[in-house]
Amino acid sequence: MASAPKGISSNTAAMTAAPKSSIFKRMRSQKQLMLMSLPILLYVLLFSYYPIWGWTQAFQNYKPALPFSQQEWVGFKQFNFLFRDDSFLKVLRNTVGMSFINLVLGFLTAIALAILLNEIKSRLFKRTIQTISYLPHFLSWIIVTGLVANALSIDGGIINVLLMKLGFIQEPIMWLSKPHYFWGIVGASHVWKEVGWNAIIYLAAITSIDPSLYEAAEIDGANRYKKMLHITLPGIKSIVIILLIMNLGWILDAGFEVQYLLGNGVVVDWSQTIDIFVLKYGLQIGNYSLATAAGIFKTIVSVALIFAANTVAKRIGEDRLI
Amino acid sequence: MRTRTLRLEPVVFHLFNATVMLALAVVTLYPFLNTLAVSFNAGNDTIRGGIYLWPRIWTDQNYRAVFAGGTIYHAFWVSVARTVIATLLSLFLTSMLAYAVSRKEYVFRKPVTILIVLTMYFNAGLIPTYFLIKDLHLLNNFLVYIIPGLISAFNMIVIRTYMQTLPEGLIESAKVDGAGDFRTFFSIILPLCQPVLATVALFVAVGQWNSWFDTFLYASSKQNLSTLQYELMKLLSSASFSNTNPAVANSGAGATLQMVTPISIRAAITIVASVPILVVYPFLQKYFVHGMQLGSVKE
Repeated sequence: MASAPKGISSNTAAMTAAPKSSIFKRMRSQKQLMLMSLPILLYVLLFSYYPIWGWTQAFQNYKPALPFSQQEWVGFKQFNFLFRDDSFLKVLRNTVGMSFINLVLGFLTAIALAILLNEIKSRLFKRTIQTISYLPHFLSWIIVTGLVANALSIDGGIINVLLMKLGFIQEPIMWLSKPHYFWGIVGASHVWKEVGWNAIIYLAAITSIDPSLYEAAEIDGANRYKKMLHITLPGIKSIVIILLIMNLGWILDAGFEVQYLLGNGVVVDWSQTIDIFVLKYGLQIGNYSLATAAGIFKTIVSVALIFAANTVAKRIGEDRLI
Repeated sequence: MRTRTLRLEPVVFHLFNATVMLALAVVTLYPFLNTLAVSFNAGNDTIRGGIYLWPRIWTDQNYRAVFAGGTIYHAFWVSVARTVIATLLSLFLTSMLAYAVSRKEYVFRKPVTILIVLTMYFNAGLIPTYFLIKDLHLLNNFLVYIIPGLISAFNMIVIRTYMQTLPEGLIESAKVDGAGDFRTFFSIILPLCQPVLATVALFVAVGQWNSWFDTFLYASSKQNLSTLQYELMKLLSSASFSNTNPAVANSGAGATLQMVTPISIRAAITIVASVPILVVYPFLQKYFVHGMQLGSVKE
C-alpha cells in the first residue's frame, strides 16, 4: 500500500517515455510483479532445470553410494552400449511405430468427427454427442485400460461376443496375448479416449470459416461433398499442418501408461516403449547410467524434432508455435 | 433429375451422419454402463458371464466393500486431499505468474515466459527427477503429490492469454486509483478470470485425481499414501487374467466375501473413481472448450 503512489508516478512516466526510461527504474516500479513471478521461477529452476545436472550420470558408471568426485567417468560408453543393445532397438521401434499409428489414427478420426459434427443441424443432438464424446478424456488410463481389458476379455468380453454372434470368429480371440495386435489395440484405445477431445480444436477452426464462402459455393451449385472438399478442408488446413508438424516432434513420446498397463509377458517384445525401458533399467534393475542415457537420447531427439518442426512451420508461413 | 437428387441427398446424408454419431455414443458409453451394471451385480454371479447393461442379481455389497473402512476407503480420502490441495495451490500460483507475464510493461516478461514455456518441450527425464525427489526427502511423503506438478506451462499460457483479452483500461484505472499489482490482481483480475480459472481447475483436478504414476514411483512402499487410482491399478494388474485373486482379501472387502470378487470390486472402484469427474465436466464444457482454443494460440 505504502509504495502505491510511487507506482503510479513511475508508471505514468513509463507510459509517456517508455523507451528512454532506464531498465532499473522500471524494475524498481515493478517490485510487485517481480515478487509475483519469483517463487514460481525458483520452483521451475529447481524442478525443471536443476535435474539436468543428473545427465552427468549417463557419462559415468554411476554408483549411488559414492560422492560425485569419486564416480568413474566412462565417456559415451553407455550410449554405445545402448545402440548395440537389441532390447533398446526394439523399444525404439515400438515407440516410433506406436507413435506413428497414434498420430495418423488420431488425426484422421478427430478431423472426420469434427466435420460430421459440423453437419448436424439439431443443436441439442450435437451438444449431446459432444458431451458424450468428451467423457473418456476425463477417465484415467487405469480406468480406460481396465475397460479395454474387459471389452477384449475371452470370457464374455463384448468384442469377442459380438464377433462370435456375427459369425466372424468361431472361438474367442485372446487379443491382449497376440503381439501383432498390440499396436493396433493401443491405437484404438487412444482414439476411443481422445477423439472427442481432439475434435474440439478442428470444430472451432471449422466454425470460424467465413459462412459467405459456403453461400457462394452453393450459388455455384456445389454439393455437400464439394463444399467439404473445397471449403472446409482448406479452411482447417493450416491448423492441421501446425498440429501435425508439432506432433511429429513428440514421436518418441508414445506414452507410457497404456503400454505399461496393457502389456504383459507374452507381448513384451512389441509393447515396451523407451519410457518403460528407462523405468525398468533405472528403478527396477538399478542401472541408472544406462537409463539416464536412454532418457537423454529421447529428450535430445524430441527437442531437435520440435525445433525443426517449428522452423518448417515458420517457413510454410504459420508462426503461432513456440 | 437435379432437384430430386438435391432433395434425397440430405436425407441420406443426415441418416448416415446420425447413425455414425449414435454409434460413437454407444461405443463411448457402453463400456462404462457395462461396468456400472457389473458394479451393482452380485460378484459370484458376474463370473457366470452375460451381464451387459443391467444387473442380474442386484446388490450394493461391492460398494459397501469399497467404503467398509479398509485401505480402499482410506485411499479415496488421500485422493480427495491431494486433488483439493494441489488444485487450489496450483491455481493460485499459476494465475499469479500468468498475471505478471501478461503485463506488457514487465521487464522480465520475455525471459520468464521463455523459461516456463521451454519446460513444455523437454524434461530432464525420469531418473534425474527421481533423484531430485529423493534428495528433497519427498519419497513416501504426502507432499510428493502436491509439489512436483504444481506449475504447468500449458495452464499458465491459457490463463495468460485469457487475461490479455481483458480490457486494458480496467488495470490502468486501478493503477490510477493507487492499487499496486497485488491489489489489481486479487480484486480486479482474479474475479474476472472465473471462466478460465474454472477450466484450469478442471484440468488440474482431473490430472491429480487420475494420477497413479507418482504413487507407484515415489510412494508405493507406504500403504497409507496409496490413492484410489493406485488401488485400482493393483487390482487391475492382478485381476486382468484371472477371475480369482487374493488382492481383495487385504482390501477391506475380505469381510464380505462370496458376493464380492476382484472383478466386481474393480467395477465399483471404477465407478467411484470416475463419478466425481463425470458429474462436474458437463457443466464446465463451455469453459474448457474455450480454454482449449486459448491454449492453442501461443503468441
